[in-house]
Amino acid sequence: MSATAARDRPQPILIMHQVRGGYGDADILQGVSLTVMPQEIVVIVGPNGAGKSTAMKAVFGLVRIRSGAIVFDGEDITGWSPDRIVRRGISYVPQVDNVFREMTVHENLEMGAFLAKGDLSAAFDRIYALFPDLKAKRHALAGDLSGGQRQMVAIGRALMLEPQLLLLDEPTAGLSPKYMQQIFQICRDVRDSGVSILLVEQHAKQALAFCDRGYVLATGANRHEGSGRELLENPEIAQMFLGG
Amino acid sequence: MASIGLINYATFMGTMIGIYGVLALGLNIQWGVTGLFNAGIAGFFAVGAYLSALITASPSPERIMGWELPVAVGWLGAMAGAALIAWPIGRICLRFRSDYLAIATIGVAEVIRLVLRTEEGLSGGARGITGVPRPFGGLEYSLSQFAYFALVIAVLLVVYWALERQLAAPWGRMMKAIRDNEQAAAAMGKNVEKRRLEAFVLGAAVMGLAGALYVHFMRAITPEAIDPMIATFLVWIMLILGGSGNNRGAILGAIIVWIIWSMSEFITDQLPAEIATQAKYIRVFLIGLMLQLILRFRPEGLLPEESGQRTSPHLPPSR
Amino acid sequence: MMEFLNFYVVPGIVTGSIYALGAIGITLIFGILRFGHFAHGDLATSGAYLALGATALLGLTPWAALPVAMLLTALLAYGIHRLFYRHLESRPKILTVIASLGIGMMLRSVVQVVWGVDPLAYGSGIARAQAFGPLMLRPREIATLALTLALVATLLAFLRYSKWGKAMRAMSDNPDLARLCGVDNDGVTRLTWFIVGALAAASGFCLGINTELTTMMGWSAMLSMFAAAVLGGVGRVEGAVVGGLVIGLAEELSVLVVPSPYKSATAFVILLAILLLRPQGIFKGKVL
Ligand SMILES: Nc1ncnc2c1ncn2[C@@H]1O[C@H](COP(=O)(O)OP(=O)(O)OP(=O)(O)O)[C@@H](O)[C@H]1O
Ligand SMILES: [Mg+2]
Repeated sequence: MSATAARDRPQPILIMHQVRGGYGDADILQGVSLTVMPQEIVVIVGPNGAGKSTAMKAVFGLVRIRSGAIVFDGEDITGWSPDRIVRRGISYVPQVDNVFREMTVHENLEMGAFLAKGDLSAAFDRIYALFPDLKAKRHALAGDLSGGQRQMVAIGRALMLEPQLLLLDEPTAGLSPKYMQQIFQICRDVRDSGVSILLVEQHAKQALAFCDRGYVLATGANRHEGSGRELLENPEIAQMFLGG
Repeated sequence: MASIGLINYATFMGTMIGIYGVLALGLNIQWGVTGLFNAGIAGFFAVGAYLSALITASPSPERIMGWELPVAVGWLGAMAGAALIAWPIGRICLRFRSDYLAIATIGVAEVIRLVLRTEEGLSGGARGITGVPRPFGGLEYSLSQFAYFALVIAVLLVVYWALERQLAAPWGRMMKAIRDNEQAAAAMGKNVEKRRLEAFVLGAAVMGLAGALYVHFMRAITPEAIDPMIATFLVWIMLILGGSGNNRGAILGAIIVWIIWSMSEFITDQLPAEIATQAKYIRVFLIGLMLQLILRFRPEGLLPEESGQRTSPHLPPSR
Repeated sequence: MMEFLNFYVVPGIVTGSIYALGAIGITLIFGILRFGHFAHGDLATSGAYLALGATALLGLTPWAALPVAMLLTALLAYGIHRLFYRHLESRPKILTVIASLGIGMMLRSVVQVVWGVDPLAYGSGIARAQAFGPLMLRPREIATLALTLALVATLLAFLRYSKWGKAMRAMSDNPDLARLCGVDNDGVTRLTWFIVGALAAASGFCLGINTELTTMMGWSAMLSMFAAAVLGGVGRVEGAVVGGLVIGLAEELSVLVVPSPYKSATAFVILLAILLLRPQGIFKGKVL
């Protein structure tokens, strides 16, 4: 319904405008701006400690924001609490500790829908269709799964409430190339099902190659932005992170 | 004469404050400086008291030891004994969060109490150990009391001075760094464990010394002489009220809390007999409540640790 | 052999199930709220005396007074949290541990003021042991075991199948992620205190009905309960049950090798041994 309208006259699903903020007194983010369009995969790359995770947490209300604004789907969500943001339609997969290790795969997914009321069987079917591997393992403890499967549990958990925007913090960290490609493929499938994705990636080359657009963050501020291809071809960026 | 009675009472109070002050200093090394939760203070205190008594008292056929050695040897023995018990406990528990140390120290105090009750050959049984010599014990009563009071205060000051020196040294700065920054502490690895163990053992030795001071003051001791939980608890309140991490705060806390504690006994003693027994428990209740109020409203204590020494919120001030 | 069973094993299992009920509470608080609750023994004492109060005031039989006491102790536990622990939540956990030590003293002294310090009993009925094959069991022993079994089964089912039970497990497993899922921290905390309070009352009651009521009984049992929680693995309900039974049995059997006054030191020795050899406990619990 509104998807076609959005495509006619695209309005960003997420706008971060000149956001400054951090954890304690010092600001980690020194004015970060970015936008995500509907059904777009946007990737943030940058060196370690650049503030990539912090930028993502800022969207999700986990960071004190000193100035700037975050607008989601036309609504200013700056300063909202995480559970309000979840209800509004954003899901977040943290970089580390992103599953309940002592709970089964199925229970992990169930926790993702904690705020939902009513029958969840449709949601489970949807997730298990997306991750056939998980269906077979649904009674296994998440802590006993391989790293790749654990990421799938984490992403599946985040998709249970049918968010409009998915935030993924380094979903491929520590995964084999095979799993990395699989996660990327899942991201595309999710995007094609109507969800926008903002993700942080350490594997800059591969991520830029697969995303729609990218941002390069360094020391808490925007450095470059553009389509994945443009960024890949930028010699400065190649020198910065892509190891030549 | 009333005034002599008053002076004697004041001397008694002063001595007890001195002894509790030493205990509070011992706890300050463990909790205030290092962040270790010792809930078995009374156990280390009792070990010190009994050891010093056994080393210095005259022999008796009913129990072991009774070596009639000089009091100073008794004190050293008390410190060594308490330290020796603290060491294995620290070795096992200091790897974990302080909750484990708390339960283990409660256990130690409990076991020490069991041993003292059961092993009559060690503790003299229910009659306890009597005839413990006191320095200046030969003097006339008031004078003897006063002289011992002066001695306790001198010991308190020496302990204070020694601890201040230790804290100003690199050792002390490192301890506080460890306490305030778990991550940095973890990065230092084994070294941290060793430092913490040193602090725990040192604190226990100081508590043992306090026990020795006590037994030579009372000249006798029985297993029932001190209520372990109340004694432990009073010391905790003293330190937290006075100011964790600050040696002067520890002493100030000892003064205030002991005066309040004794005064409350003074008041309840005036009550008719039927409610007087209840009153003891009301006092315990109130002292527990006092702790809750301090934790809530003045967690940094009356004399907070000097700012600048504190690098991050160990006991952050209330907002 | 029969003597061995009846004099050591049966009392050990009965004591062990009493410890188990207390240890479950300790392990839940440790796992979900993340601190060692040192008022737990005295919470059990309070529950036991509240049951006594209910028998006196409402004229109930002891077993009918138990649910009343469980409810009151649940409210008491939550009240203590609201009044004394909650405002320490944002501060280092060890402060709550210290506070709980003081709460324990306060609870104990209230019991001492209200009921006095002399031992009391729920009733004077002399219960004869009945023979079950070679086993001799008293009705109150059977009731204690049945109650423990029922409470543990109910709790495990609740944690496994209900939405809020899962929320409690999630909070114990990964509190940050649980919050990201929208789990209400306060709700889980409240629920935890209710459950823990009710179980503590059951534990204190069983202790009282199998021996006698003393104001120190909970405090004395707490060391064993903590040892049971650590032995089973912190955060593990099934571990607390197994741990409780092991500690209870070990204490009863200890008299075969050490003088009986040292019975209550057994738990301490086991606690140190487990911390030394396998701090995560039998069921791989948390190590804080
Ligand atoms: N919870 C926190 N509290 C205080 N400072 C933090 C916290 N998390 C991160 N920081 C600091 O913020 C800065 C940016 O961290 P952030 O995690 O956003 O970087 P990043 O770009 O995601 O790095 P990485 O590639 O390692 O994940 C770093 O200096 C880090 O030390
Ligand atoms: Mg990061």
